[in-house]
Amino acid sequence: MKSLLRLGRFLKRYRLSMALSLVMLAGTVATDLAIPRMTQTVIDRGILQRDMSAILRTSLAMVGVTAVGAGLFIGNSLLAVQVSQSATADLRRDLFTHIQSLSFANLDRLQTGQLMTRMTNDVMQILQFTLLTMRMFVRAPLMIVGSVSLLLATNWHLALIMLVLIPAAMVVFWLFAAKAQPMFLEVQRRLGQLNTVLQENLSGVHVVKAFVRARHESARYDRKNVALMEQAVAVGHLLAVLLPFLQLVTNLGTVAVVGLGGLQAIRGTLSVGQIVAFNSYITSTMFPLAHLGMMVSFISAAAASAKRVFDLLDTAPQICERPDAYDLPLIKGRVALEKVAFSYDGHDRRSVLNDIDLTAEPGEAVAILGATGAGKTTLINLIPRFYDASAGRVTIDGVDVREVTLNSLRSQLGLVLQESILFGGTIRDNIRYGRPEATEEQVVAAAKAAQAHDFIMRLPEGYDSWVGQRGVNLSGGEKQRVAIARALLMDPRILILDDSTSSVDVQTEIKIQRALERVMAGRTSFIVAQRVSTVLHADKIVVLDRGAITAIGTHSELMEGSSIYREIYASQLGDDQRGQQHVSE
Amino acid sequence: MSQNDARSRPHSTSGAHPGTPMMHGPRTGGGGPIEKARDRRGTLKRLAAYLRRYAVHLVGVVGLVTVASLLDILSPYLLGLAIDRFIASGDAAGLLRLSLVMFGTYLTARVAQFGQQYVMVGITQRVLRALRGDLFDHLQTLSLSFFDQHTPGELMSRLTNDVDAIQIGLSHTITETIAAVLSVAGIVIAMFLLNFWLALGGLVVVPLMLWLTTAVARRTRRGFREVQAGLGQMNAVMEENISGARVVEAFGRQGRAVADFQRANVRVRDASIRAQSLAMMLPPLLMVLGNLHIAVIGGLGGWLALRGLVSVGIIATFIVYALRFFRPLRSLAELFSTAQAGLAGSERVFDVLDRVAAVGDRPDATELEEIKGQIEFDGVNFQYVRDVPVLTDVSFSVKPGQMTALVGPTGAGKTTIVSLVSRLYDVTQGAIRIDGHDVRDLKQDRLRRQLGIVLQDTFLFSETVMENIRYGRLDATDEECVAAAHLANADQFIERLPQGYQTPLSERASNLSEGQRQLLSIARAALADPAILILDEATSSVDTRTEVGIHQALLKLMEGRTTLVIAHRLSTIRNADVVLVIDQGRIIERGTHDELLAQRGFYHDLYMSQFRRAEVLGQG
Repeated sequence: MKSLLRLGRFLKRYRLSMALSLVMLAGTVATDLAIPRMTQTVIDRGILQRDMSAILRTSLAMVGVTAVGAGLFIGNSLLAVQVSQSATADLRRDLFTHIQSLSFANLDRLQTGQLMTRMTNDVMQILQFTLLTMRMFVRAPLMIVGSVSLLLATNWHLALIMLVLIPAAMVVFWLFAAKAQPMFLEVQRRLGQLNTVLQENLSGVHVVKAFVRARHESARYDRKNVALMEQAVAVGHLLAVLLPFLQLVTNLGTVAVVGLGGLQAIRGTLSVGQIVAFNSYITSTMFPLAHLGMMVSFISAAAASAKRVFDLLDTAPQICERPDAYDLPLIKGRVALEKVAFSYDGHDRRSVLNDIDLTAEPGEAVAILGATGAGKTTLINLIPRFYDASAGRVTIDGVDVREVTLNSLRSQLGLVLQESILFGGTIRDNIRYGRPEATEEQVVAAAKAAQAHDFIMRLPEGYDSWVGQRGVNLSGGEKQRVAIARALLMDPRILILDDSTSSVDVQTEIKIQRALERVMAGRTSFIVAQRVSTVLHADKIVVLDRGAITAIGTHSELMEGSSIYREIYASQLGDDQRGQQHVSE
Repeated sequence: MSQNDARSRPHSTSGAHPGTPMMHGPRTGGGGPIEKARDRRGTLKRLAAYLRRYAVHLVGVVGLVTVASLLDILSPYLLGLAIDRFIASGDAAGLLRLSLVMFGTYLTARVAQFGQQYVMVGITQRVLRALRGDLFDHLQTLSLSFFDQHTPGELMSRLTNDVDAIQIGLSHTITETIAAVLSVAGIVIAMFLLNFWLALGGLVVVPLMLWLTTAVARRTRRGFREVQAGLGQMNAVMEENISGARVVEAFGRQGRAVADFQRANVRVRDASIRAQSLAMMLPPLLMVLGNLHIAVIGGLGGWLALRGLVSVGIIATFIVYALRFFRPLRSLAELFSTAQAGLAGSERVFDVLDRVAAVGDRPDATELEEIKGQIEFDGVNFQYVRDVPVLTDVSFSVKPGQMTALVGPTGAGKTTIVSLVSRLYDVTQGAIRIDGHDVRDLKQDRLRRQLGIVLQDTFLFSETVMENIRYGRLDATDEECVAAAHLANADQFIERLPQGYQTPLSERASNLSEGQRQLLSIARAALADPAILILDEATSSVDTRTEVGIHQALLKLMEGRTTLVIAHRLSTIRNADVVLVIDQGRIIERGTHDELLAQRGFYHDLYMSQFRRAEVLGQG
């Protein structure tokens, strides 16, 4: 509920429209309430007293009142649409902007699918909620209060019936809601389980086929399928009681009006017109009451959505510029990690990096080698300040990276991240991603340096070929080379390449490696590598093991001094003497 | 199905959305664009086949709906009767009797309504279960080529969104349509029976209403189509920048990303406002017509009453009818679009059910009992898509117990070759024989059960470690699973897990490292104890020590089995009895490692550029 109130912030800008819309809504309620009153006049004054002019006058007035009511209702609807759509568009913009401001540590915890759901389903729930608030949710109580007051003013004896029936209906409804809520959740849970089986079956179709497990899988699915069905039927049965029951309460009102009202009419304390009018009021009161039922489930769904949305908006980016951050001046490219430690949760218990001391002089190539989970990626992610070190400091040309603005820091680094993600657009757009103002010559030069030019020219539309959704399919290696070109176009002093050759075959790897050797010349570079063959030429090879540096040196130094390095080398390139004999033969 | 894919919701990231009636909330004016089924009649017929089992129940439901609807038409008449007969004459006892009758009428109607809903829920959910089950079972029979063409997301959407649409269609449309039609027709008939002229005068608003509804609906549909297009575009921008958020950040492009998004966002907003405003005009306008109806009844009725042609009670009855008349008429329009969506969903579901497995057993297929493990490719040609050959004239044979390594660049056709052995696809030309039998003459299940496949992309299910190993052979005992884990060098890490073999794996097994997952999939294959082993060697991404473990496990596994391996490691290639060098779908060189080096061809180049250089440097 608190989350729903926070939505007010987004509606504030539109408060005038909202107020106007609600005033108009009140207007339509007033005209709606006037109609039964006027039918009463037609019957009591016109028909029963045989006054034709009263009949005509009142009927015409009814048409007029109706027209006014409709005008107000349309006004209310248009404003409600305008306000709710605009406010949710604002909310979407803020959410998107916020997601873009989050740092790596935040993104590690939030999955893309989850974030997408926030921005689509949850926002849609909130949209529906604001729209309905400005129409039904406010209208229903107004209608109820208006009808009941009119009834009280006309004939309080009969009105008492309503005062009994309405709370009775509400109590019943709440009892049902309390029972139904956990059952609905259970349906959702079972649906989730069913879909998990399906999801796994579809993604693991190779395994299912390879092991001939179709029947086993069908049985697994059917168990969950039946479980879901049983729960859905249980919920459905509960609802099958609720809705007729609420309607029966309305019907009771009608019967009471006819019976008790009729008795009064016989005694002369109530007119026939009033009975007809009462009957209309009961229908117009109880109908919104039945809607209240739907409203409650709607409000709780919207509240849950609002909570998720605000939880996201409240997530503070882990990396922030200091208030006194200054622009990093043009760098030479000396990078130093001084006694750096890092853990994702900020505690020492699960530290990813320990006591790292590493210096790269301008122009040096540093290769980082180690097992999966050794901390290679984390180490290089500290340089562009995707994460902050938990202890120690990272400096570039002697300046602590935490002292400078993020843009001035990152724009001087060339980054090729672990996954080569390209965006919808042409290849040219993608290479120009970091420097949209780059000239055609610069783009081509970067592509050539990344060994990407040749394959790009072979594409049907060359640099204008569309990639991403509904675009050409690039192989993993091709994507990687475009990503390298993208980084090179920044003409960075420092180049950082993560795992850049893991998903490609040997031949492509060779191509990429040739590209890298050339572009690394004259730049400080960090390469995270899986294969020994990639790192042979590095000025410094850093062997990481469980978050600590176990050896630093050139290839030949490490072959002598590091047993882990020799082990890696042997496992990847074969340790048997036969190979070496061939070479010497 | 492919024609429909473009039309299906642009991004169904949510997968499951609330499928319960209450969570759908009030159906507010408008909704989305109406999807139409191509073959409405055929689809209906097939859906009816699922309902046939419940024919008796359905007849009961229809009966109950009819009872409830007719009783609800009767009660306003009772109101009129009360006024004319008893109130006018002051007959209190009669009035009370009538009130009781009225109460009885209502109560019966509500009980009937309850019974109808109660039965219908059961039918709907059982039909849905049957549909889901049939879909799932059918998917299991389809060949791999089907799954190459359709992403998991797409198929998920069939089983969630489309089945959902059917659910809403089934649970609401049948009963509500009957109820609405009966109410409208019943009220019209009752009105004419009670007073012809008053009925005629009042109903002049109906054509007006119908015209208004269709005119607005036509325009809003166009508007909502624009909204859908805008949403598709916005979701694309969103998905890209959220999944690529790290790159956006690395290049400092947040500002541009937000600007791109905002453009799409504003477009959606404006289109939505246009479409929805139009849609929202409809209810107020219909309300005017409804009140106009009441005004006409008042005016005309009053005039008739003064001439003694109608009683006050009848006028009261007409007013109640007027109040009740418009709701079912309006809901009919909504029901129509719900039914359309349900039908479109059914059609897509049936499309999948109609797919025939591309690879099927011949009626006279033989069961191969124990295979020795001889594999022969005889002039095999293969293409996934017409005129795009993937394999050309591939011939080789592997003797039982031999190890054959496939080497070559990405896209050369290595994976296709191993997929053909387990007959995940059928060859386009030529034949593949195992122990001399053409694989197309063999029963697939029997064949595959004797093949062990370890893929590069290891896939584990979200069950316990033990169950994941047991997947290799369902009747294996716990001891056999542990033994298989031991053979695969997986027992050490498994025992270190918090609950050992009973540790549940999270979805996609994210609580294990890549190397550990590979060890588990090797254990799974070991448990199956296959005669032929097919391996896709991992290119990398495993830490060194685990890799040594994997390597040793594989060596143990290969012992005494025919092995076909897509090799990435020099040591594997050196151990192979035969190395096949594949390039562009052809075998270009074959022999042992030493022989191939001596040939100084493609393999020699590959070797020199990659492995040799490293070794030379290693020496220096």
